[in-house]
Amino acid sequence: MTQVLFKNRRPGETVFLDGYRKTGGYEGLQKAVKAMSPDEVREAVKESGLRGRGGAGFPTGVKWTFFPADQFGEKYLVCNADEKEPGTYKDRELLLADPHQLVEGMIVSAYALRIPVGYIFIRYGYERCSQNLERAIAEACEAGFLGDNILGSEFSFELHVHRSAGRYICGEETALLNALEGLRANPRSKPPFPAVRGLFGMPTTVNNVETLANVQHIIVNGPEWFRGLAATETGAGTKLYGLSGHLERTPCLELPIGTTLREIVEEHGGGVWKGRTFKACLPGGASTPYLAAKHLDTPLDFEPIEKAGSRLGTGGVTVFDDTTCMVAATLNLNTFFARESCGWCTPCRDGLPFVSWLLEKIERGEGTMEDIEILRGQIRNIHGRSFCALATGAMEPVASLLDLFMDEVVDHIKRGRCPLKR
Amino acid sequence: MAEVLLTEDQLDHFRVRAAEIAHPRELVIDVLRAIQSNFGWVPDEGVELTGEILRLSPLQVEEVATFYDKIFRQPVGKRVIHVCDSVCCWSRGAEEIYAHLQKTLGISPGGTTSDGVFTLLPTCCLGACGEAPAVMIGLTTYGDLTPERLDEILERERAALEE
Repeated sequence: MTQVLFKNRRPGETVFLDGYRKTGGYEGLQKAVKAMSPDEVREAVKESGLRGRGGAGFPTGVKWTFFPADQFGEKYLVCNADEKEPGTYKDRELLLADPHQLVEGMIVSAYALRIPVGYIFIRYGYERCSQNLERAIAEACEAGFLGDNILGSEFSFELHVHRSAGRYICGEETALLNALEGLRANPRSKPPFPAVRGLFGMPTTVNNVETLANVQHIIVNGPEWFRGLAATETGAGTKLYGLSGHLERTPCLELPIGTTLREIVEEHGGGVWKGRTFKACLPGGASTPYLAAKHLDTPLDFEPIEKAGSRLGTGGVTVFDDTTCMVAATLNLNTFFARESCGWCTPCRDGLPFVSWLLEKIERGEGTMEDIEILRGQIRNIHGRSFCALATGAMEPVASLLDLFMDEVVDHIKRGRCPLKR
Repeated sequence: MAEVLLTEDQLDHFRVRAAEIAHPRELVIDVLRAIQSNFGWVPDEGVELTGEILRLSPLQVEEVATFYDKIFRQPVGKRVIHVCDSVCCWSRGAEEIYAHLQKTLGISPGGTTSDGVFTLLPTCCLGACGEAPAVMIGLTTYGDLTPERLDEILERERAALEE
């Protein structure tokens, strides 16, 4: 199995500059700066088919074409290391193991986009990752990979770590920009998009940790190599999958993108725990629709998962066994979103608590068939109508509960109690 | 914990930084976190001091401070225990862990033990989904928890404070 991002990863260890360079670290930067124009670097990323690893899956090279790369002046590269989607911990694993992967990826990306300043926005709980990054940044400066006139070129880049203080909404890219500016982290209205008016009103690109960490490898090995890493025809690259929930083993691993859900569950997760059977999973974090047992042969890549009715999201796979009450699981998810709502727009601030109230009523055994219709109405009124993607994402598991597990919902109502309560 | 909001060195550092960067307001979380790290929480005086350093009104600081769940605007214990109640931890026994903590510490969510050592709060996902159930005590994340292992961790955290 080709390891790209996790090639230096050893249990309980962090690799810094010496170890990183031993396996080819900073060769991508040298190649980019010495032998390629920024335009050629952008072209390579576009051709590689790399898609954003933070949840939305937008093609990175295409996103960068909206950015005024050839305009000089104040512009920002922001790495979103907030990683708060429940079920998602891949960026943490990468930063615990090999922080230079991100630092080099950011420098090469900044070169490609002619950006002089970068920020890594990192969540409160990732203190060790923050310290690893600060050390990696200091080492990179010392080695001449960061700072003024990098590798003797005209290109200069400075990089800062911003430690946050909680709240899921900070992972939404425009809320993140407000947070970085020291404002209340409510999302901004789009357009203008960050590429036009972002941090401090200047052109900004916001990319995920794993996305940026792939860039230097594409430069060293070429776009074709990158596309060849995938297990699917349409895919590109490897993917960090973080396993969680009811599995015998819950590791985070780097696999060819498009590895099937069955292989991930049975082989890498050691099967469903306690000898039980697979009931459902969230394939890519809390805001992705459930997949059921009939979807086990789905390759976990963007296109095949969409065909199966869900999304790759972040690649955090949370599995539920056959004893799990899906109403209770959905209630837990929705209550998370309700609590983390920033309160800016009505569908989110008022709609999500109402959805939790309905789900709780059904879970208690006091629901009626009419409540299902009210729930459907709420989904319609919230999905796609909230100011940002938070509440829309929240509705995805709720809608898929009604699509895939309607019998179970109705069973709660008919019996007047949760049929799965132990 | 020191009874100062910011040390002289920290004050100098933030004043110099605020003067040399184009947008001093971007430091607001840094200053608030430094105050909290020294003082345990952020009192009104901390909000005012932050505003004074960054040339912001107390309200401009307050609206940011109250937005974040990891900035404490009320007194908390010496160690805040954040219990993850998101879906992965929920699926592997977070409710049991939360109930055990409430029973062992004799407090409800939001409460502080009478000796002022621990405050108990829920939190969303800690990014320790592969080690669920997990809690964060101070800035340290502990995973693969059982009630027994949690008791040992609480003992160790208590002992570390007494040293």
